[in-house]
Amino acid sequence: MTAANTVLAIAHPETQPAPAVRDSRPLRLITCGSVDDGKSTLIGRLLWDTKAVKEDQAATLARESSGKQNDLGLPDFALLLDGLQAEREQGITIDVAYRYFSTDKRSFIVADTPGHEQYTRNMATGASTADLAVLLVDARAGLLVQTRRHATIASLMGIRQFVLAVNKIDLTDYDRAGFDAISLEFRELALSLGVRQVTAIPMSALKGENVVYPGTATMPWYDGPTLVEALELATLRGAQTTGFRLPVQRVSRPGESFRGYQGTVAGGSVKPGDSVAILPSGQLANVKQIVTFDLVRNAAVSGDAITLVLDRQVDVSRGDMIVALENQPLTGRSFDAQIVALQPDGIQPGKRYWLKAGSRRQRVMVEPVSQLDLASGKWTPATELAVNAIGRVHLAFDETAIFDPYDQNRTTGAFILIDPDTNNTVAGGMVSAQRAGFGGLNADAARVVLSLPADLADQLLAGELLSSRRDEIEVRRMTAGEAQAIFEQTNG
Amino acid sequence: MHVHKSEFDPHSNDAPTKPPLDPHLKALENEAIHIFREVAAEFERPVMLYSIGKDSSVLLHVARKAFYPGRVPFPLLHVDTGWKFKEMIAFRDETAERYDLDLIVHTNPRGAAENVSPFSHGSSRYTDIMKTEALRQALDAGQFDAAFGGARRDEEASRAKERIYSFRTPDHRWDPRNQRPELWNIYNGMIQRGESVRAFPLSNWTEVDIWRYIQAENIPLVPLYYAKPRPYIERDGMMILAEDPRLELLPGETVQEGMIRFRTLGCFPLTGAIRSEATTLDEVISELEIATVSERQGRAIDRDQSGSMEKKKREGYF
Repeated sequence: MTAANTVLAIAHPETQPAPAVRDSRPLRLITCGSVDDGKSTLIGRLLWDTKAVKEDQAATLARESSGKQNDLGLPDFALLLDGLQAEREQGITIDVAYRYFSTDKRSFIVADTPGHEQYTRNMATGASTADLAVLLVDARAGLLVQTRRHATIASLMGIRQFVLAVNKIDLTDYDRAGFDAISLEFRELALSLGVRQVTAIPMSALKGENVVYPGTATMPWYDGPTLVEALELATLRGAQTTGFRLPVQRVSRPGESFRGYQGTVAGGSVKPGDSVAILPSGQLANVKQIVTFDLVRNAAVSGDAITLVLDRQVDVSRGDMIVALENQPLTGRSFDAQIVALQPDGIQPGKRYWLKAGSRRQRVMVEPVSQLDLASGKWTPATELAVNAIGRVHLAFDETAIFDPYDQNRTTGAFILIDPDTNNTVAGGMVSAQRAGFGGLNADAARVVLSLPADLADQLLAGELLSSRRDEIEVRRMTAGEAQAIFEQTNG
Repeated sequence: MHVHKSEFDPHSNDAPTKPPLDPHLKALENEAIHIFREVAAEFERPVMLYSIGKDSSVLLHVARKAFYPGRVPFPLLHVDTGWKFKEMIAFRDETAERYDLDLIVHTNPRGAAENVSPFSHGSSRYTDIMKTEALRQALDAGQFDAAFGGARRDEEASRAKERIYSFRTPDHRWDPRNQRPELWNIYNGMIQRGESVRAFPLSNWTEVDIWRYIQAENIPLVPLYYAKPRPYIERDGMMILAEDPRLELLPGETVQEGMIRFRTLGCFPLTGAIRSEATTLDEVISELEIATVSERQGRAIDRDQSGSMEKKKREGYF
């Protein structure tokens, strides 16, 4: 389809088939690329050709983009997207923005993130909820160092579907060989990151070729999907391999006889009669009912916001997790994770942060181990992490923490770190594994169990020597009687 | 009516049986319920901003679902400028009664005493005093540390960057350049005393989603959303409802009658009607699906100046 035809199609919306009933949840995607790659033009084109831009918005656009209109008589799409005054004034995009459009097959939520300044922080934010990443390159330039960076961050955040948008293909005279070479190189890059689902599409966002409408007229050699077709075919990230998980948000007690645990199912499914464990206490119960406003349900699956009623009196509060008895998450005080540092102060070793995962918030000590060099993909040792750094860390908790590995569950494997001094969110993190047994690295070394008054223990733990090796120390808080029982048991 | 005051009995569920929601709306509803529960659990004094319009009606419906079988565990706040449509006020009081809600109504006493009106003070200054300042007064008076709003990111460009938990300083200011990162569905609710959070459970809904949900869930709305013959005048390219005696006709203006309805509801002098034959929900939706004009077009306050919504938001407006 030529550019002229594309414009014609915009002018006659009634030629489009009537929207059918949508049978699918919204697909969340992130777009990565720099201003030069034409990212704003691409998103603008998506919104324009799917008619997500209304007449009056377009009129405002035409008014504000006086003199900036392109040669097709279309508005400057970037102005549609840069929502904040500061951005319009400076001509930059400073933060994550969310865009919405839909076709008759599916609706889409686009996290639109800037490609330059603070790109790691913003990309990580946008990618955290995305099912798919669209990586944009200029057909004339091919893959850049930043393409590798974007792909690496997207894969770290758990995205397993890439679309490579080879944009500005019109400026290469629709050169097929050039497109093939870029696609091949990108597939190898994606494979090295463990991403197998890759769709490469030659396109001109400016002319609207292979975005919403096919570019058959100028690219007869391309028989793959348009961008929108590729997005319609993408799968949602529901592939969680864990059993039932319900992080408890609140306890509902509207009357004496009713006690329900409210939360959103974060993995697996549940039905009345199922045996569950309550973590961290380890109490057991059976599911009696699944209550929702509409009806008493006979099953609930991942993503459902429910109220769960158990068959017996158990002690459950906010922050606990109700899980499948047969398939439980990891519990412990020591975990390995990857984090993205989001604030100028970075992540300081030895500082105690708040960690929030699901509805559970607890204190944690974060010890950086290594940092990822995004240009080379190599990990190098690190003791602290600056803003925008991606690092591997050890997490040491005062109390039991509950996680699944992030690659098995993107909900129960994720967390944020909050600075107790500023209350700001300073990192996003993904749990990779529980640290083995006592002492982590020195698991085979001899150990001594002390029983100390709590105030003395707190003073010692706050000291320099102990805090520098805090990750190797296990602490349990209990009554004097319980401590005595443990010592008596150990003595045989 | 307070259905669940007594013991909960799952076998006498009073909710009408209806077909399940389509997966798209179900996903949006689940997300909104999650946000409601999270805020209710983490904050000491939440409140829900209730503006009586279609988005507020959806917000309230989802809130009732989120806390079922309990009642909605926070009050609703309506900032009444004194210039709302008559039918809105009647609908508001009826709704509060029907669902056994705690309703707070606040009008800026200074503005009321000085007779601040959209006619005498202009829409921009009127909105500052009767909406933005009034809202700050009401939030301060209630010492609310979290306020739910029905704003959606698809409404307006500056809203597209709004977080689901939107942090506000003690004087209710929004700093768009310095927002907390928001990853996954993990929300940071930690604040100092005096600071607050605006929470937007419907962030990811679009206008079409709102209407489809209203249809699927059979949610009652203010009748002004449906077309019928109504008296109006034309002013500044807008059709203004002419039934309030305080509306003074300017030279050349005459009251006409025609089939009109409203796509959004606010203060009647600032809210333009559209010509429409849509008298039922189905007709409104089919009209919407071919509509090419955004819903805020009828709002005078958005057009005051370029970047006007962002400016209002920075000052504490929703």
